[in-house]
Amino acid sequence: MRIPCPCCGERGVEEFAYLGDANVVRPTPDAPAEAWLNYVYLRDNPAGAHDELWYHSAGCHLWLTVTRDTRNHAVLAVRSARDIALARSA
Amino acid sequence: MPNATPMRGVAMRCGCNNARFPIQGGLLQRRGGTVRHDAVAWGYARGADRHGVDIIQNCEVTGFDIEAGEVVGVRTTRGPIRAGKVALSCAGNSSRVASLAGLRLPIESHVLQAFVSEGIKPLLDNVVTFGAGHFYVSQSDKGGLVFGGDLDGYNSYAQRGNLPTIEDVCEGGMALMPNLGRLRLLRHWGGIADMSMDGSPIIDHTPLGRLYLNAGWSYGGFKATPAAGMCFAHLIACDAPHPVATAFRLDRFGRGAVIDEKGVGAQPNLH
Amino acid sequence: MTGDAQPFRLAEGGLIDRTQSLRFRFDGQDYTGLAGDTLASALLANGVRLVGRSFKYHRPRGILSAGSEEPNALATLRSGAQREPNSRMTVTELFDGLEAESQNRFPSLRHDLLAINNLVSPLLSAGFYYKTFMWPAAFWEKLYEPIIRRAAGLGRASTAPDPDHYEKATVFCDVLVIGAGPAGLAAALAAAQGGARVILCDEDCRPGGRALVERRLIDGKPVAHWAQDMTTAFTALPHATLMTRTTVFGAYDHGTYGAVERVADHLAAPQLHQPRQRLWRIIARRTILAAGAVERPLVFPGNDRPGVMLAGAVRSYLNRWAVAPGSRAVVFANNDDAARTLADLAAAKVSVAAWVDPRTDIPAAVRRAAEAAGAVVHAGAVVEATRGGTALRGVSLRDAAGRSTAVDCDLLAMSGGWNPTLHLTSHQNAKPVWRESLASFVPGALPPGMVVVGAALGSLALSDGLAEGIREGLAAAAACGFAAPELRVPETDVESIAISPLWRVKAKGKAFVDFQNDVTAKDVQLAEREGFRSIEHLKRYTTLGMATDQGRTSSVTAVALMAEATQRDVAETGTTTYRPPFTPVALGALAGHHRGPHFRPHRLTPTHEWATRLGAVFVDAGMWKRAQYFPLPGENDWLVTVCREVTAVRERVGICDVTTLGKIDIQGADAARFLECVYTNAWKSLPVGRVRYGLMLREDGFVMDDGTAARLAPDHFVMTTTTANAGKVFQHLEFCHQVLWPHLDVQLISVTDQWAQLAVAGPKARDVLRAVVDPDFDLSNAAFPYMAAAEVTVAGGIPARLFRLSFSGELAYELAVPARYGAALAERLMQAGAPFGIVPYGTEALGVMRIEKGHPAGAELNGQTTAHDLGMGRLLSTKKDFVGAVMARRPALTDSQRPTLVGLRPIDRTLRLRAGAHLLPRAVTPDAAHDQGWVTSAAYSPTLGHWIGLGMLTQGPQRLGEIIRAWDPVRAGDVLVEVVHPVFVDPKGERLHD
Repeated sequence: MRIPCPCCGERGVEEFAYLGDANVVRPTPDAPAEAWLNYVYLRDNPAGAHDELWYHSAGCHLWLTVTRDTRNHAVLAVRSARDIALARSA
Repeated sequence: MPNATPMRGVAMRCGCNNARFPIQGGLLQRRGGTVRHDAVAWGYARGADRHGVDIIQNCEVTGFDIEAGEVVGVRTTRGPIRAGKVALSCAGNSSRVASLAGLRLPIESHVLQAFVSEGIKPLLDNVVTFGAGHFYVSQSDKGGLVFGGDLDGYNSYAQRGNLPTIEDVCEGGMALMPNLGRLRLLRHWGGIADMSMDGSPIIDHTPLGRLYLNAGWSYGGFKATPAAGMCFAHLIACDAPHPVATAFRLDRFGRGAVIDEKGVGAQPNLH
Repeated sequence: MTGDAQPFRLAEGGLIDRTQSLRFRFDGQDYTGLAGDTLASALLANGVRLVGRSFKYHRPRGILSAGSEEPNALATLRSGAQREPNSRMTVTELFDGLEAESQNRFPSLRHDLLAINNLVSPLLSAGFYYKTFMWPAAFWEKLYEPIIRRAAGLGRASTAPDPDHYEKATVFCDVLVIGAGPAGLAAALAAAQGGARVILCDEDCRPGGRALVERRLIDGKPVAHWAQDMTTAFTALPHATLMTRTTVFGAYDHGTYGAVERVADHLAAPQLHQPRQRLWRIIARRTILAAGAVERPLVFPGNDRPGVMLAGAVRSYLNRWAVAPGSRAVVFANNDDAARTLADLAAAKVSVAAWVDPRTDIPAAVRRAAEAAGAVVHAGAVVEATRGGTALRGVSLRDAAGRSTAVDCDLLAMSGGWNPTLHLTSHQNAKPVWRESLASFVPGALPPGMVVVGAALGSLALSDGLAEGIREGLAAAAACGFAAPELRVPETDVESIAISPLWRVKAKGKAFVDFQNDVTAKDVQLAEREGFRSIEHLKRYTTLGMATDQGRTSSVTAVALMAEATQRDVAETGTTTYRPPFTPVALGALAGHHRGPHFRPHRLTPTHEWATRLGAVFVDAGMWKRAQYFPLPGENDWLVTVCREVTAVRERVGICDVTTLGKIDIQGADAARFLECVYTNAWKSLPVGRVRYGLMLREDGFVMDDGTAARLAPDHFVMTTTTANAGKVFQHLEFCHQVLWPHLDVQLISVTDQWAQLAVAGPKARDVLRAVVDPDFDLSNAAFPYMAAAEVTVAGGIPARLFRLSFSGELAYELAVPARYGAALAERLMQAGAPFGIVPYGTEALGVMRIEKGHPAGAELNGQTTAHDLGMGRLLSTKKDFVGAVMARRPALTDSQRPTLVGLRPIDRTLRLRAGAHLLPRAVTPDAAHDQGWVTSAAYSPTLGHWIGLGMLTQGPQRLGEIIRAWDPVRAGDVLVEVVHPVFVDPKGERLHD
């Protein structure tokens, strides 16, 4: 499998570390317990397009949000996770 | 066991003197062994059938009928089925089925690859696992070595994995048994492992009435088959967990009573 | 057979070198072959037709095919550590001195005692061990299974380490063409002519595919010459690469293909420094699969007798290797393509007794071919039996009216049609599609970027293959941005591929479907009767398709037979999933160089060689090698050495390499705010020039790591982590920065390898440092107190960093210099410390001292403990948000019953404590129900003169003074211990502030 890093180009999956679902957003400290349970533990785990976090550990150290189809591994989109996080909080 | 010599005698000949991580000791479970997985499935199917269970194949659940917060039946590709109790044991597809009931689970589905070599005369009478290399191997009655190692590491329902993991697994094999070099890999495939957030299973009621869940067995599901079946049956029949399974609650994540044997936290691909 | 006589070698023709004789040995007999032979062709040239015994019934078996799909002719090659079982004779290139043994027979091929299995075969039908050998139950484990296991497998593996080595390589290309037959050659040349980087792979030792074996014409030229011309033209192009002896075995995600190149298998042994095989990862933008097709056997009783061969294979032996596989042949086929065999046999002067064709309406061209070869045409007829013990002597034909005729022959060339070799198209889970007109499966959905041409696509006609190859080659190059010229499709001679399916001959006797696993047509029916009707169950119940040939000559027939048995369409019955590898791949090739000591890298500290010279014993800490202890000459007991080191440090001074601990450089206006987010405790207030202990949680509230951070400037911190978690923490910090707090102005970089860091510990530590740190720096206690940090210089201007940190509990510092100076620093410190009796100390002494001081380390920070468990609850700030803050407050993490950190002292001071022992109250049954904790760390303390331990105990700190039991059944340990405060030495920490 190959991940197209926006900084380094398409690189083999062995250069990356995988974290998981990119759509879970860290709640505020005063959010209810259920929000934190959702954030840390509960997952959609879809069979289909999945937004997920990858870290280019053997390369540029960028965190990436990759949209990948979990049924066939096709990579549909790749964006800098930081850009998304900045846009989200704007 | 501090003395490495008897362990080496029991297990196999390996390049101990030249190894990157020499064997210092091991654990031996004399009662452990292997079993033909198809025979297990077929045996349980025959047994269930004899007890009056209707086994309906090619019948995919497409939805749940819920009345007043209780599950009263399922919808399937072959029609609806009313039921007094509904129990889910869908392994890698647990999240997909649970989502039909509006539930999210602390589970990620990951691909776990498995490997078999060409059949050879008996070489190995044990199951051997090797922690530093994350590798396990045994020999089937047909002569092929059956082996594997780590997850690929990413969510997948594709039932196949990629080359880096294959190479890693074979490196682990060669580290343990350097004579494997000339033996050939015959076939590799992948399954869907329901990796839970603490690496331990969930055998519990769900928030919906009359809906029971057995999931999150990660990559240890097959070997737990008899125990899981007994515990789950107990839960469904008695509406209370089996005494040995009281800790495998779904709400343990909210309470923090996680059973995190590896100590790696809420990241399924690390368990 | 001695001498050069090969009785079945034809006088002319073949792609062999008649000037090069090769000697080889098979089952102890010496033979001669020629360069260009395979082991199979050489054996046939010598008239050897019995080459194996089948797996279950031990039936005599001969060579069925001429390719990698061979199910019968398996040999064990070479001997000793290079022993290689299950090698297909049909693709084993002959070399001088080759030694091969047949398999699965005792005592010999000709007289195999286990042939008795054939007689009891009704007991051994498919699925037998699910039904027989059930009683008595105890006998399964003790008797039946061991016997079954001993009978299993074909060859025997070596038990010695594989002495050859294997390489790996990665290569990128625009267009990968898999298969160098006519279609593949056409495609590769077309793509390359446009300028695309093209790789053309073929599993054979030379390109050409069936062009090497068929006597056909392209543009009026013999097809073998055409193939040679195409190859020459291709390899002349600068970006074109031909890889022979290279099997592409797997189609993986995103254009990644796995391939194995047999670099030296055709030689007696690899040359010096040559790998035996090379694993290639080929990353292609476009792929053209031109893998051809494999012929299907026919299913009739006795179809496994030596002398029964695939018709296409007969042509291969005649035309490529100039070998007559027999002297009197019958051809049995349901298709026109097989009729070529008639002319080829006749040209080789092999008499052809009959053309047997189940079709009543035989095409005129086929009749003419039969007549020209002198063969009697039997229309509407089938072979219903063969005879002859270990070699074919004749066949029995049955015509449409049911009349039988006996025909003598020693060679039966059979063809049931051709199955496209489409396996790679299914590696990404797409199912093939049934094509009725072909009586076989063709590719269905394709992996992204792949197209199929020629026979692999179901286009069996040569003219179609050439046209498709050119078209797709040009298209692939164009898709990669290369405009290629228009190319003309060559002309071929006339051909017909008409076929009428014949899935089995209904007659008495064993008719084999899967030759290697001895699965018969009757077994398929048996499976259906027992309810195993799905094709997946058929496979698993009968083991059809699960042998080393992976069902390449059996799987399609099996589907058709199950369809017949269940009265369904073949299309509806479907296939099982084809999985990689396409042909089996040596595990050594997949492992490559990472073997033995190179299984994982060695990470060496800057002082590694220095420590080695001092006689250090090393320990693995992950990938690192760390000095564990430094025995002096005459010290034979590690405990003596470690005690000496500990005592030396506590009384005088010692140095220890702590480079392996993670070091992270953090800079930016928001650096302190960033630390507030990731650590539990306060950081904004840390003055410049101070270092502080930091505790880091995971978001789930459990302790992830501990370490320190030193403030070198308002916007500059240097963080340390544990050795084991260095990488994990750095990844976590990057996540926190980029994803959780992206607004913060902060940058991070790992500098673990960039700085050598040595601990200098003991009452004389300052004295030693005075001789090393440049004098302009004030080392006095007032100027540089406990927990101070500064940038300094050493040895006359070398930049360094000094931290007054103590893991040992003594007056201690950590001194960091750029890594290239690490060894020199160690030498300099030892010189400076000589007057004070300085010693080097290793991880054992380091560990003893931190246990004496009750410092949690890896054994306590095991990912399952909380700050409260470790007695660090006070470090959890209530005034700010930080990673893990919320989840750390969950009930189960703040439960007062949780095991918490205590010290443990054996009541009997002479007894040893071991980590891992369970902690239980006295006078209860030692079992899980009474378990109250465990010993996490244990060490012999020379400072106290007895063993001590740290442990996690339910309500530990409330039970100081209580006597409990440390129970270790694995090592027969049972020790009474007193629960004490975890800090055993200098509990007030006075020495730290000296």
